[in-house]
Amino acid sequence: MRAVYWKEIRSFLSSLIAYLVISVFLVLTGLFMWVFKDTSILEYNYAGLEQLFSIGPLVFTFLIPAITMRSFSEETQQGTIELLATKPLTDSQIILGKYFANLTLVLLAIAPTLIYYFSVYQLGSPVGNIDSGAVFGSYIGLAFLAAIFVSIGIYCSSITNNQIVSFILAAFLCFFMHWAFSYLSNLSIFFGRWDNLVQMIGISHHYNAISKGMIDSRNVIYFLSVICLFIWFTHVSLAKRKWS
Amino acid sequence: MSLVLDGITKIYGAQHALDEISFCAKSGEIIGLLGPNGAGKTTTMKILTCFIPATKGNAEVCGFDVVKQPLDVRQHIGYLPEHNPLYLEMYVKEYLELIARIFKISKPQKRISELIEMTGLTREQSKKIQYLSKGYRQRVGIAQAMMHDPEVLILDEPTSGLDPNQLVDIRSLIHELGKEKLVVFSTHIMQEVQALCDRVIILDKGKLVADDPISALSQRVKGAMVLTVGFKDEIDLRKLENLEGLIEIKSIGQNEYKLTVDEQLDIREEIFDFAVANGNKILGMSQEKISVESVFQQITSNQKEP
Repeated sequence: MRAVYWKEIRSFLSSLIAYLVISVFLVLTGLFMWVFKDTSILEYNYAGLEQLFSIGPLVFTFLIPAITMRSFSEETQQGTIELLATKPLTDSQIILGKYFANLTLVLLAIAPTLIYYFSVYQLGSPVGNIDSGAVFGSYIGLAFLAAIFVSIGIYCSSITNNQIVSFILAAFLCFFMHWAFSYLSNLSIFFGRWDNLVQMIGISHHYNAISKGMIDSRNVIYFLSVICLFIWFTHVSLAKRKWS
Repeated sequence: MSLVLDGITKIYGAQHALDEISFCAKSGEIIGLLGPNGAGKTTTMKILTCFIPATKGNAEVCGFDVVKQPLDVRQHIGYLPEHNPLYLEMYVKEYLELIARIFKISKPQKRISELIEMTGLTREQSKKIQYLSKGYRQRVGIAQAMMHDPEVLILDEPTSGLDPNQLVDIRSLIHELGKEKLVVFSTHIMQEVQALCDRVIILDKGKLVADDPISALSQRVKGAMVLTVGFKDEIDLRKLENLEGLIEIKSIGQNEYKLTVDEQLDIREEIFDFAVANGNKILGMSQEKISVESVFQQITSNQKEP
């Protein structure tokens, strides 16, 4: 697994992808947090990082599929998957190696935003007047969100050898998993009876819960199960070559 | 036995890609896997390297079952897939380092420089793979297949698309490897089989149609010798047909005939005597062995749909 992990990390770092992803993420979140008048903390006069965590899912919806789209699509396109699969590696090792490499890259993009936290911490009046619990809860939520989106992205990449198809599918699935269920719960067929249940299928319900700074095991279990689900899907989709 | 296939069958939908293929092989052999396009050569190799499972039948590599112990099998096999897939954006050394890490080689740098020297990549070792010519890419492919010094090497068309010089190099490399290891390679080129292999396995439409030492292959086909005879005057064909050991007569010009004869019986003297007995004279006679190429054509074209 480590060999695959380092291979992926090296290929991110030796191509433009890593730098592009990190800078786009930082520029976008930076703009929303500090520059745009409607959302800027400086205008908002409230020491928090809500802007970062509310824009995060949206940025990830486009950025993460862009990172993950090549992971299996490119391998099947170029035939190199046959090379990996005929080495003494199990399919799980290949999948997890790729999964963690992609996740590492996304976490690397999030890491510099800790500077925002320290800035806001210093800007608070008095200094340090920030709800640190909520901020770190939100960071954990964001990391879990990234972990789910990466698993979705890897899965979408494994079902097609076309990177664009993989990107669009993944972006759609990420969007759907995050937002759609809370909107669907307002439909009259669910409302009043199952709306709560439908909301709980979506990611945003759990993401918002964790953002409040309370790390509830139910939310954590939800995040982990969705990740495992998509990794298992990927596994099935890789094993498909053995069925025909 | 390094390699055992027993009744391997692979069915894609309704098509039998492989039909009851069985053979064994041991180390020190070089086996040429021959057959027209779509004969099942690549499928056989993919099954042996545990990339896809067979529909029916068992296969073992170095005593490990390809379905039950795939990781052990892969540990003992070096595989160069068809079209030689490579990570083009990597450097040669970087790529070999990746493979070394996958196989958990204890002294990777030493092994890599050994392989680079062995495959003649010394001058190209610090280039990116995408800037290498096809021949050098093929060497990189062979180098990665040999990384862990496997007992069995499976090479899917290792020489396709190489120029004549590269061809000679790669062939001598394979020849060298075949001294200690079992090398199974597929090819379209018959001369290659003649030059390299101890043993030829011919597949056609998924069926094993020949499995012979290269020397015995020509005997499989009836009339493995061709005589070209030119008589001075017209001859009575019916009388000629009576000669023992003659299989086929084909007229190729005025009083000139191509005779397909049994290799076991040398009937040149009989033909001479025949000419004398009939008051005729022989102007020319030449003998040639049927090439592996025509044996191949004959074997694979005989196997028409039942």
